[in-house]
Amino acid sequence: MPGHFEPIPGGGAAVALDEVEISIIRSLAVQLLELIGPGEEPAGDDGDPLAELFAEGPSEPPADPVLKRLLPDAYGGPGSEGSLERADELRAYSAEFRRFTENDLRARKRDDALTVIRSLDALTVAGEGGAVLKLSADDSRSWLGSLNDLRLAIGARLDVTDEEDTDILYRLPDTDPRKPMVMAYLWLGGLQETLVETLLP
Amino acid sequence: MGQVSSAAPVEITRPDAEEQTFAVPEPDVPWITLVHNDPVNLMSYVTYVFQSYFGYSKEKATKLMMDVHHKGRAVVSSGSREEMERDVQAMHGYGLWATLQQDRK
Repeated sequence: MPGHFEPIPGGGAAVALDEVEISIIRSLAVQLLELIGPGEEPAGDDGDPLAELFAEGPSEPPADPVLKRLLPDAYGGPGSEGSLERADELRAYSAEFRRFTENDLRARKRDDALTVIRSLDALTVAGEGGAVLKLSADDSRSWLGSLNDLRLAIGARLDVTDEEDTDILYRLPDTDPRKPMVMAYLWLGGLQETLVETLLP
Repeated sequence: MGQVSSAAPVEITRPDAEEQTFAVPEPDVPWITLVHNDPVNLMSYVTYVFQSYFGYSKEKATKLMMDVHHKGRAVVSSGSREEMERDVQAMHGYGLWATLQQDRK
């Protein structure tokens, strides 16, 4: 079952991973964590325990195209174009929404990536054979979220914005510098696809 | 500061006094959540999200996914602005590209 998740009877999913595959996923998950950034510092003894609840996030969308894709605007988008005045209004709504939700969204993505890293670190790799990763149903959902985040991140880096871009990536010559990233993107897609299947009712 | 009823930011849109300029222009018009097409999200994953978050049947979830894929976007839920902000937040959590707007028909 290399490269494919299979359902575990009774819930959860399993996949065989070799050492290289483990290190690729781990390294990508660490990069994702670094991109998302650390969470709010927990309140100290003298801090207001409610402060964290009311901590406001940023109101401006991130400049980095990957983060922008992971943390999109809630208002606007294709089909909502209109007057300049209307655009200003949508930007203000999006800023308001972002201030109250972005910290939680980042926290969720961070938790999912940490689950991925922790489950990989718990594996004992037996020589060339690699290891079999076994996930509970809960961890499967975290993995699913993180595999999707990783593919969104790589997709944004590779500038995949329409179906044609994907077709071009499939046909890249081996000498293209984007080739290794594309291979990882497609491989993660296979992992995600088979993991989804184990979770569908 | 508002009351603390839950750790989840469910009341994120309650306007404060200085934010009355954000008043909804047509209060009777419902709001909708749109999911937009993107070439990265897998069709099976999008269907899975619609089934597991909204509790839609496999048929309904698949139809919505196909609409997103072929028409560029689909209306996945409708209701109050607060409810739609909650749905959009959830969609962003799953990594889907979602926005909300008032239903202009």
